[in-house]
Parts: sequence; C-alpha cells; structure tokens
Amino acid sequence: MYRIGIDVGGTNTDAIILDEHNQLVHSVKSPTTLDIKTGIVTSLRKVLKEANVDKTKISHAMLGTTQCTNAIVERKKLAKVGVIRLGFPATASVPPYTAWPQDMIKKLTGNYALVQGGYEYDGQLLSEIDEQEINELLAKWRDKVEAIAIIGVFSSIKNDQELKVRDLIWEAYGEDYTVSCSSMIGSVGLIERENATILNAALCHVIETTTTGFANALEAEGIKDVEVYLCQNDGTLMSIEYAKQFPILTIACGPTNSIRGASYLANIKDTMVIDVGGTTSDIGVLQDGFPRESSVAVEIGDIRTNFRMPDIISVGLGGGSIVRAEGGKITVGPDSVGYKIGEEALVFGGSTLTATDIAVRLGLADMGDKSLVSHIDEGFAKQVQSVISSIIAKAIDKMKTSSEDVQIVLVGGGSVIIPDEISGVADIVKVENGGVANAIGASISQISGQYEQIYIYSREPREQSLKDAEEKAVKQAVIAGADPTTIKLVEVEEIPLAYHPENATRLRVKVVGKMS
Amino acid sequence: MRYLDKQSIEYIAIGAAFLGTGGGGDPYIGKLMALSAIEKYGPVRLYSVDEIEDEDFFIPSAMMGAPSVLVEKFPKGDEFVKVFQKLAKYLGREKITGTFPMEAGGVNSMIPIVVAAQLNLPLIDCDGMGRAFPELQMVTFNLDGISAAPIAITDEKGNIGIFETIDNKWTERLARTATVEMGASALVSLYPTTGAQIKKSGVHNIVTLSEQIGEIISSKNRDAKDKLEQLLSLTSGYELFQGKITDVIRETKGGFNFGKMNLEGIEMNKEEQMKVYFQNENLLAEKNGQVIAMTPDLICLVDYETLLPVTTESLKYGKRVRVIGLPAHPKWRTEMGIKTVGPRYFGYDYDYAPIEELISKAVASHV
Repeated sequence: MYRIGIDVGGTNTDAIILDEHNQLVHSVKSPTTLDIKTGIVTSLRKVLKEANVDKTKISHAMLGTTQCTNAIVERKKLAKVGVIRLGFPATASVPPYTAWPQDMIKKLTGNYALVQGGYEYDGQLLSEIDEQEINELLAKWRDKVEAIAIIGVFSSIKNDQELKVRDLIWEAYGEDYTVSCSSMIGSVGLIERENATILNAALCHVIETTTTGFANALEAEGIKDVEVYLCQNDGTLMSIEYAKQFPILTIACGPTNSIRGASYLANIKDTMVIDVGGTTSDIGVLQDGFPRESSVAVEIGDIRTNFRMPDIISVGLGGGSIVRAEGGKITVGPDSVGYKIGEEALVFGGSTLTATDIAVRLGLADMGDKSLVSHIDEGFAKQVQSVISSIIAKAIDKMKTSSEDVQIVLVGGGSVIIPDEISGVADIVKVENGGVANAIGASISQISGQYEQIYIYSREPREQSLKDAEEKAVKQAVIAGADPTTIKLVEVEEIPLAYHPENATRLRVKVVGKMS
Repeated sequence: MRYLDKQSIEYIAIGAAFLGTGGGGDPYIGKLMALSAIEKYGPVRLYSVDEIEDEDFFIPSAMMGAPSVLVEKFPKGDEFVKVFQKLAKYLGREKITGTFPMEAGGVNSMIPIVVAAQLNLPLIDCDGMGRAFPELQMVTFNLDGISAAPIAITDEKGNIGIFETIDNKWTERLARTATVEMGASALVSLYPTTGAQIKKSGVHNIVTLSEQIGEIISSKNRDAKDKLEQLLSLTSGYELFQGKITDVIRETKGGFNFGKMNLEGIEMNKEEQMKVYFQNENLLAEKNGQVIAMTPDLICLVDYETLLPVTTESLKYGKRVRVIGLPAHPKWRTEMGIKTVGPRYFGYDYDYAPIEELISKAVASHV
C-alpha cells in the first residue's frame, strides 16, 4: 500500500509517495502555477511516472493547499455571503462587517440580518429564535446570496439555535446549500468568530473546485478507490466532505506540514523546526508531535479572526537573501533574489552576492561554479555567517519556552546557509529528504477533533466538564474521518472568566486519532 | 477644547489597554462601538479640566461585568443614553454638561466616547483611577468621600435599576449582583459629579495621556527600544524586566480571576526570574524573589517586540513580554488610597512602598 502527498507552496508544488512503513519511495518538485491545478497535475504525473509504483496499491492521497488563503488575499472566487446573527437586540451596536476592508464587503455583498436568538454566558436563553422572521429573511435573500453564515451569541455554550436555523435554510433552499455555523469554527469572541465564519462560507466555491479538481486529477492518472484528504493547519487531516464544510481550516497548513514532516524525518516529537526557503525561514515548535498554536487574534486578508492558527515566526532569511556590506556593517536579507537565484547569484554567473554564495565559498554547499566566489575574503564570509547566525538565534529565542538550549531540526532547500554554531542551540539535526518535509508532513498526518465551551464548575464539576468536552471532541474527530478506537486526548486549555461569581471556565479540548 | 476623531480613538484604545495593567479587557469591541458612534454622530469634543466651571454637572458612564462576556454579548447601542438619561432624570437635573470615563483602562475608556457622541455632549479629560481597578469604590472620588450612588444600571434587554446605598462598597455589592443577573455584562451611570469635584478629586489629563501612549506604541518604522524610551519618559516609568512567560496559574474566587505568572529572563534579564501576581489587574511583581513593584503603582505587560499591551486573559506560556512599572497617581499614595487599593486590600502581606524606592533598593543591593 502507498500514500501520495502533495504540498502546494509559494514556489514549488511537491509530490511524494510513501510506502506502508511511511518510508519515502520517491519525491519530485515542480513549479507552482498560477492556476495551482496545473502544478498539482504536473507533480502528480511526474512522481507516478518516476516512482513507477502499482497505482492500484495507492490507498490514500493528501493535499496541502494555499488556494483558500490566496482566494481571500486576492479577493477572488469568493461566494456572496449572507450573515444571520442571532442575539438581537444585544450586539446591535457593532453590526457584521464592521472594520472590514470595503473591497471585501463588496465582493461578499455585505448582506446581513440581526435577528432574535442567542444565549447568556451561563446557557440561559437570551431570546427564542423566531422561525417566521428567519423564513421571511430567506425569502428576501433567495437570489442575493450563495452561502449563509450563522452566528449565535454564546453559541459556544449551546449551538442548538444555530443548527435549527441551518435546518430552516436547508428546508427553504435545499440540503446542498452552504451554511457555516460559527459554533463549529471559532472560539468565544463574537466578532472574530463571525468574521471567520463569514470567510469560511465565502470559500465554498474555492474548496469545491479544489477538492473536485484534486479528485479528478487523481482519477485522470488512474488512481481510483483512494481515500482523499486535505491538510488542516493544526497538523491533522480532514476528509473531503469535512473540508467542504470547513475550508478555512486549510489556511496556513503549509508551514505546519513542514514542521510535522521535519519532526517525522528526525524522529523527534518535541522540537523546534526551521524550514529555510529561498526568501524566508519559517520557525515553528512541535509539542508532542503537533504544532504549537498562536495565542493572538490572527488577521487574514486584513480581517480579524479567532480560529486556530499555528504559531510560526517568519524571518527574511533564505538561500537567495542578498548580502550587503555598507559602511562596515554587514546585512543579510530581508530582500532576496527569490526564484531568480539560478541567474542572479554569483555561483550561477550572476552579479548579486547571496547567502548561498557565502555557503559555497566556505565549502558548506556544492552548487554552481565554486571558482566564481573564490575571490571572496574568507574572513568576510565568516562575518556574514555570524550575521546569519545571530538573525536565526534571535528568531529561535522568540519561540523558546525556557532558557535552556534547544535542539533544532533543519529542513528546506535553503538550509545550507545556516551555520552550525547558533547561540541558544544545543544541536542541529539535519535530515535526509528535508527538502520535501512539507509533502511528507502532509502524508503522515492524523485526524483531529476539537470542542470548546464555557462550563460552570460549581454546577458541573471539572472532571465531568472535561469528560463532556472530550466526548464532543471525539464526535467531531469521527465526523472528520478518524477511527474511534485510536482517538487520544492531546490538548486541554482552561481559561477562567474574570468577574464571574461561579467559577465559569472556558474549556477547550483537542483529540486526535488515526484515519479510519 | 479639541476633537477626538477616529485616529484618536485608535490611539486611546491602545493607551487604555496599557493603563489597564492587564485588566479591563481588550478594548477592541469598545473601540468598534466608539468608531461606529463617531461615524454616525461626528467627532467628540474633549475638554480639559481647566475648561469646565465649578457648578457644571457631569455623569460618568461605564460598563460593569466580565470582559470575556462583553466580547460575545455586546450592547444594543441605545443603553448608554437610556441609563444616562434615567439617572439625570432621577437626579432632577435637566442639564448635564458632559461625561467622562471612571476608569482609563480597557473597554471603559471607550464607553464614555460612545455616550458623548450619541448625546452630543463633551467628554472631560479626566477619570477616577488613572488606570484600571476591579471594584467601583476604587476611585479617587471615593477617597474624597464622594458617593457613587445614586447609580443607574441597565442591560440590552431594557431592564433598568437605580440604587441608593449607604456607602460605595454597598454600591459595588449590589451593582455586582445585578450585573450577574443581567448576563454578567451591564451598563452603569454613577458618581454624578460637579465641575468643582472633578477639579479636586479626578485624575486629570488621562484621555490625552492614553492617546499619547497609544500613538507611541502604534508608531511604525521605529525599533522597540526607541519607542520604549519615549514611552518611559512620557509616563515616568521603568522597564522592570524582559522575559518569557513560563507558567500561568489561575484560580477564580468570588467573581474575580486570581493568578500568578512566572517569567524567565531574556536579553537584559538573562538568568533572572520574575513573578507577577494579578487579580484581573497585575498587582505585584517580584524580581528574583524581591518585590519590585506593587499596587497601586502600575505593572504593565507589553509584547516584547510591538509593545502592544497584554491583558491577563491572553497570558500564555511562551509569550515574550516586557514588564513596565509606572508610579501611581499621588492620590493613590495617600493613607486612604493605600487602604483602598494597596497590597493588603488585595491580600498581599506587604507594606506599600513606592516603585521608585523599590527600584533604587534593588539597584543598591545589586552593586
């Protein structure tokens, strides 16, 4: 049995094949294309041809894609979204789409309605939903919107109203209609959760094209009866059906895949990973095999959201980073010759001094024509290296959680530029096949489920609350395609609510399991 | 008099979160409300304390309750005006000259701007704390014996209550209970005050200070060190520590969020430790086992790089911060001030010592 993994990056689309022992059979890279699809098809064809494996033995195919991110950033292919907020008269002081960029509101048509509904912080009813009010709204919106986002006040405590409204929409518009319920997407914080839910709904066309495109590409290559998954940004996978419901969870899966793949290749579960590309280096942290999550509200395309994102630091340092010496001060990056490295770097006959040239001069890398950099003073080259070393050391320090020296796993095409001596680093692990760590990360992932709710420990003791949350998270994981017998609890986060008299706590749990 | 526009509001929100010393909540929602209000009703007039008359009459406005509820269930929008007018009517006052914030920290820096915009009233450049504190008797007006009551309280559903109380601690107790029943988030108008009382008992110039702090923190193209120097010189503050959060321990008791965080030193404080104790707001900081700052002096946590304020709700393992200490307003350093908001009120067994003294002591022992 084999698995195929594809990762669409900014520069390259990588494809790999793993055998049943997760051993790499073959890997290829081809340029990412503007339409993305062509790059995927090319890589897929190439890896199948070169690896020459029995196609009928391919059981799983995974895709890590940037299409959803691009759609939001470029404001393209987005659906017209209607927003139903349950909670009126509460929350009316800040209507949906407040503080959104105007061009984005226009694309999504800006339709919204504040209707009755919602819960209090302790689960008591704020107000009942009014079915007639919803039905009248749906009659009005019939030709105006293509997807609907539903957001209920405190739906993270109880989401039955959101689900009820979803049913009303399906009754009116048919069961294929795209509906995003906020309780399944973001955490407490209505505006940020609403924004994430709107974006999720807006991505319904993009994810449809992506998933069908991928399935068709596989079929065209003669790969049938295969389980198809998409990568999420927490280092786990989701089935196509699940991805269609939660396209926003594909955002930032690229760096996640790299650090997961690196940890797998190095066989280390708790480590820091540096993925060095042509222009930037991404640094992430793995805790028990999964990426650490960011704790700040993340803006996507200038829109503030609160769904989970990996904690990644990017620094402007890569193989193509431009090296300068001005007024006795040496700088490396943040600008880079980027994909033009093959023509512009000195070793390739160009005229720009890059970080790669320094690595070649010092004998750390063997590429291009060595003689073209032999004139560089060795002392100078070493000084450049110490500049690179301090840039990396600073970035690593930002991610550290203790003052002890850390171990890092180094991957990525530009990793030759990283010196062996970095302050704060105990040892640097270099792995074979690190150049395709992202595609490997995409292929080895497990399936997760998450649940978040405010519990009041004085009424529902902590133990019982934890159990309840875990059960609900397991349900989510099973829906996403996990085998219930393999599911394990991997993360618990508890945040007490300030000023609350009854020990109310926001509890979030995460579970993962193997693919069923 | 000057006008507060959208840019001023952006700055005030950041500055207020800084002066919130970890509490008062993230003013994001408040900021959105203030921005919408200004968009609809136009910029708000800000008067300095020198520009008001002794006999003018003012009613401050504020939100009471859990910041974490506010981010989910925020107001309808007309409650501010309703509760303000209800109190004015109860007091038999036809003319209210203006409003002002009771607390400079977090969301309560924004609510009075919404009220001022909606009622076309001026905002006065003062507050009753110069920072954020958790209870409503913890204001400088209280130190001078000014009553918080009558207090009007409302929710988004339209319930309104008025309390006449025997003292300000009772106002806190009763209003807190009503707030919980109203869904842990309510709007209040309280401490009706004359111009003379503002002049005597308020913390002056605080809106402007918040705005200046926010402007420094948001300025682009300047490195953190440069910004920090400006910030410290503006606020007479000290950079107490550069560190990384390695542990956060929390406990909820009686409606408040108690906690402690451990920081491990980085850069200038490598190999050193700090502990910061908080009850919504940061209240006590210990460096290498020695107390270096305590309430009512301000202990502000900011992001290491951006200097953006960090609230106690967003504390997380691994976050890199700078700890900044500022001297409290002199009114808090009086005997009555320390009795009201000093370390012992919050259950820490220390005599209050000003941050300036604690720092020079720490420096001396280091040499």
